[in-house]
Amino acid sequence: MSGTQQAIAAGRTFAPARPARRGLFGGLHGADFAWAIAFALPYAVIFFAFVVYPIAFGLWMGSDLSLYRDLYSDPRYLTTVINTLVYVGVGVNVKMFVGFMLSGYFMNKSWWTKALLVIFILPWATPALPAYMSIHWFLNGQWGMLNSAIYSLFGVDGPIYLNDHWSGLFCNIGAYIWKTLPFWTVILLAGRMAIPQELYEAAAVDGANGPSRFVHITLPMMANLYLVCTLLDMVFALGDFNSTFFVSGGGPAMSTEVLATLGIRYAFTLALPNLGVAAVMSALPLLVPLVILLMRKLRMSEGQL
Amino acid sequence: MSASVNTHRIRSKGHYRLLNVLSQAGSILLGILLAIWSLTPIYNMWTIALNSHEAIFSGELYPESPTLHSFWVVVTQDFWYLERFWHQFGNSFIVGLMVTFLTLSIGSLASFTVGRMRLRHGWMLTNAALMTYVIPASFLAIPIYRIMGIYGLGNHLSSVILALTTFATPYAIFIFSQYGKSIPMELDESARIDGANPLHIYLRIYLPLMAPALVAVGTYALLLAWNEYLYNFLLLSTPQSMTVAVALAQFLNSDESPWNYMMATAIIYSVPPIVLYYGFRHNMTAGLTMGGVKG
Repeated sequence: MSGTQQAIAAGRTFAPARPARRGLFGGLHGADFAWAIAFALPYAVIFFAFVVYPIAFGLWMGSDLSLYRDLYSDPRYLTTVINTLVYVGVGVNVKMFVGFMLSGYFMNKSWWTKALLVIFILPWATPALPAYMSIHWFLNGQWGMLNSAIYSLFGVDGPIYLNDHWSGLFCNIGAYIWKTLPFWTVILLAGRMAIPQELYEAAAVDGANGPSRFVHITLPMMANLYLVCTLLDMVFALGDFNSTFFVSGGGPAMSTEVLATLGIRYAFTLALPNLGVAAVMSALPLLVPLVILLMRKLRMSEGQL
Repeated sequence: MSASVNTHRIRSKGHYRLLNVLSQAGSILLGILLAIWSLTPIYNMWTIALNSHEAIFSGELYPESPTLHSFWVVVTQDFWYLERFWHQFGNSFIVGLMVTFLTLSIGSLASFTVGRMRLRHGWMLTNAALMTYVIPASFLAIPIYRIMGIYGLGNHLSSVILALTTFATPYAIFIFSQYGKSIPMELDESARIDGANPLHIYLRIYLPLMAPALVAVGTYALLLAWNEYLYNFLLLSTPQSMTVAVALAQFLNSDESPWNYMMATAIIYSVPPIVLYYGFRHNMTAGLTMGGVKG
């Protein structure tokens, strides 16, 4: 599978098939054409029934402009927007930077870094729900393990982390980083391993030292992958429901909600489904440019093949 | 002249050695920190699960008198949130296996058409998949919930199966299209000359040669389905139809929840995906990478 891994590492995923070379089923006549349609049909059905229709339905549900006036007049909504921006902006960028640094660390091939990588991946292998529940209890101000440890080490009571807007928000972000850091580190590691070793050898022959090899080889070779990973994770972070829902629960007083959880809260706790859709749709100005940029990036990378 | 060069060289050698020792020590220290960072929440989970109910509220750093009681309660379904635990465990398996099966078949058929049959405008299929991949699933939750009601699938496992298949298939299509390029077209052509139709080629040539990609994507789909929460929670609400993820989150409904039972349930729920993940870690590097993904 290492070929695929390297292809992904080089940022060449999602390359659609090249435009038709007139090959085997070139013109696709008669029976062949019927076969092709039959093979493509299941995905087309799924796509229209569960992607196109819901999107159209959502646009219709959120089409009443007075919904947005309601949203805007809800102070919780404005807090949510700020939270979402901090969550995506800080969470993703801190994680990618740390992941990039750690990928260099894991390039070391000694037996204990290999063993460490196996441990390091455990948060990613653990399902989100149990992991976040555990972190929620770990941070509990009264009985949580963190404050117990602080008490037994320093003899003082630790703060009540989840009872404050900013510390609650950063706990959610921290939990999200904890869960997803291994995944992106491994991708960036695969990217680093795909850089041809000859480049480094040639540079060493020319007398380039460590830092300048990093600046002139590693950085330019990794730039595209790093950008694609950052954009992709921004989309994932924007849609992340579990960390906020299970770590802080959106509390206290709904002050740590993000758009993904606020929409669900409006729709299913407050029984205002249209307002929920409107809340989610208000992320479109951020989501649409991200999606367009990503689709271009991922499709363009085909050219490198 | 030459002596000064020599001492310089010697000093820089010693300097180098010192640096080497320092960087070794630094990287070992970093390694220890990383291990603590990664393991703490997992350790916390075990500590709570191994405690008795009273001991949880004393804030112990390790279980002083560890007991497997909580696990026994879960396994024997001896608590009212867990009355149908094994049934729900089965539901999770059904959802996981069905999502895997559907994702593999729909994804491989679609990428076969686009990649091997050169269907005109086939690229539209790839673009549709790409778009689905980059739309956060949670953003479509409310309309999909309503639509499942319209389709009459409310509270039925098939609603979750279909929704999750929708979100897993795009990744399958990309990995398959990518991997399919390594299979020479000449194979299809010679089979064609021998009179095989596209279905034969798909079944006898394409699928067997795609085996590594099928394993990678299959693992990805199974993990995605097993670990997903939001759609399971919205679409399944009776104890009969619930999956383990939903049953587990039920513990959060009351403040009086026995956290030791909850964590024991959480650990039992985490075992299959972790085993699967580590078991297939090397064959699914691809599945691991761009994928894992989506919730």
